[in-house]
Amino acid sequence: MFQVRFHGRGGQGVVTAADLLAFAAFDNGRFAQAFPNFGSERMGAPVVSYCRIDDRPIRNREPVIEPDALVIQDSTLLRQVDLFSGFKSDGFVVVNTTRSLEELGLSDLVAGHTPGRIVTVPATEVAMRHVGKPMPNAALLGALAALTGIVEPGAIEKAIHQRFPSAVAEANVAAAIEVFDIVSGSREESVNA
Amino acid sequence: MLRQIEGSKAVGEAVRLARPQVICAYPISPQTHIVEYLSRLVKAGSLVGCEYLNVDSEFSAMSGAIGASATGARTYTATASQGLLYMVEAVYNASGLGLPIVMTVANRALGAPINIWNDQSDSMSQRDSGWLQLYAEDNQDAVDLHIQAFRIAEELSLPVMVCMDGFILTHAVEAVDLPTQEQIDAFLPAYEPRQVLDPAEPVSIGAMVGPEAFTEVRYLAHQQQMHALDLIPQVAAEYEAATGRAAGGLVSTYRTDDADTVVVALGSVVGTLKDTVDELRDEGRKVGVLAIKSYRPFPLQAIREAIGHIPTVVVLERAFAVGIGGIVAPEVRTALRGLDYRNYCVIAGLGGRPVLKTSLRDMIGKAESGTLAKLTFLDLNQELIDHELARMEAKRRSGPAAANIRRELGAGRGHL
Repeated sequence: MFQVRFHGRGGQGVVTAADLLAFAAFDNGRFAQAFPNFGSERMGAPVVSYCRIDDRPIRNREPVIEPDALVIQDSTLLRQVDLFSGFKSDGFVVVNTTRSLEELGLSDLVAGHTPGRIVTVPATEVAMRHVGKPMPNAALLGALAALTGIVEPGAIEKAIHQRFPSAVAEANVAAAIEVFDIVSGSREESVNA
Repeated sequence: MLRQIEGSKAVGEAVRLARPQVICAYPISPQTHIVEYLSRLVKAGSLVGCEYLNVDSEFSAMSGAIGASATGARTYTATASQGLLYMVEAVYNASGLGLPIVMTVANRALGAPINIWNDQSDSMSQRDSGWLQLYAEDNQDAVDLHIQAFRIAEELSLPVMVCMDGFILTHAVEAVDLPTQEQIDAFLPAYEPRQVLDPAEPVSIGAMVGPEAFTEVRYLAHQQQMHALDLIPQVAAEYEAATGRAAGGLVSTYRTDDADTVVVALGSVVGTLKDTVDELRDEGRKVGVLAIKSYRPFPLQAIREAIGHIPTVVVLERAFAVGIGGIVAPEVRTALRGLDYRNYCVIAGLGGRPVLKTSLRDMIGKAESGTLAKLTFLDLNQELIDHELARMEAKRRSGPAAANIRRELGAGRGHL
């Protein structure tokens, strides 16, 4: 079982991100369950969503307590919410930011962690260029796929196309692929180094 | 066909397969996605022969459903929480008049305090309304139960509520195997009403009944529900024959045969319980689960047959009756009357509080050792309660408890 927790704010497509990952995993022939932890449904409020992926049907309905991967769609949440609750020392993290992990105050986290598993990506900036809206979720899914290999990028592409009209889908796919390539490249480098 | 789909949409697809003729609904979270989806299907012309009535309230929704059903139309609606309460007068009329309406209840807590999250207080408040109540474990179950509900309702001429946990199921995206239209057309023939308002053959429905016959009319309603105890497993068997999938029935058991302890529950928590039971079984502990699928009618005999041999029984409920405790637990005790066993009632998951495996493990451990309190509120924050009680003791005008407790928790600050 591979468990992902998404943190973001209302309006950033946090729930859609978990849904898309579940659709992609299903497309890859796996069982997947995505569900939101809704609070007050308003723009800007902290929102959490979850996705579980497994090779057998998923029955557990509790929230993801010990995530294998965290996707942080909004780094301002770092000061507001205990994002790393239950997080494992070999887990994966994707943070949407233009700042470094040091600047975000995450040096301690990185120090005790399996190398190369915590990455930052400028997903909002990439989304602005491709989609024209600060909607970082597709780009972050690209990063997650590259970092973890949990789903194939083609499956994310397909999930996005199933969800959105073609023009919007194309733009989001472009954002996802760009970030997928960036993160894949940086992983290659760290492996070669 | 196996599809990855949101629970609400899967239920919308199940309702479409049942070919309803009237859908009359008013949106309320967490039911909204279901009726939105259906309204889109009707507008897009992919639900042929169905009229969608967008009404001004839940009271109108059920009243419209009653009118439509009385004219012989297959009728569907959905609601939740205070929406269900708002339609209650008409809910009782629908069953009293014997109209086979199918309604989804996307289970949500009842206020006050206002709370949009899941528990089963809403449908449990209607346990005596004369409707049948079926509870879904997952979204596959929700699909299968909705289709079966139309058959059961129309055979008995009684309305059926299909209860599914709000958000936990309605908003969950997971794989669901949707039957084909051909399979469902064979399983569910066109609605043939037992009574119908027809201008060509005028009748009155809803006559006033005085003391001379009221008891008899009510007794007949009870008889009909007792008849459902035979019909529900029969419909489940026919559904399996038609679709190849076992679903529905009165109860379902999981690893109960040699169990020393069994947890009885309704709805989506059954899945989490099954995972917990597997973990405990790996440790050599003999634990099982009984899911009550049909809560009304209440399957006394099926429960006794399924778990009568088990010495420790925990009933886990997502609602409770203020002033006494469990709602389901006393009914389970009725089913097990005269047997020598230990029983516990646990209230869990109120107002959206997650039911965690760690808490379930702890609960089962205490039940096994006989140290669980007879009535337990799972994961109760006793410190918070003591603090508020002290405040109430200290000062008569202590203020609204809900607001005080929220402030105490530092609501909105840093919790998942």
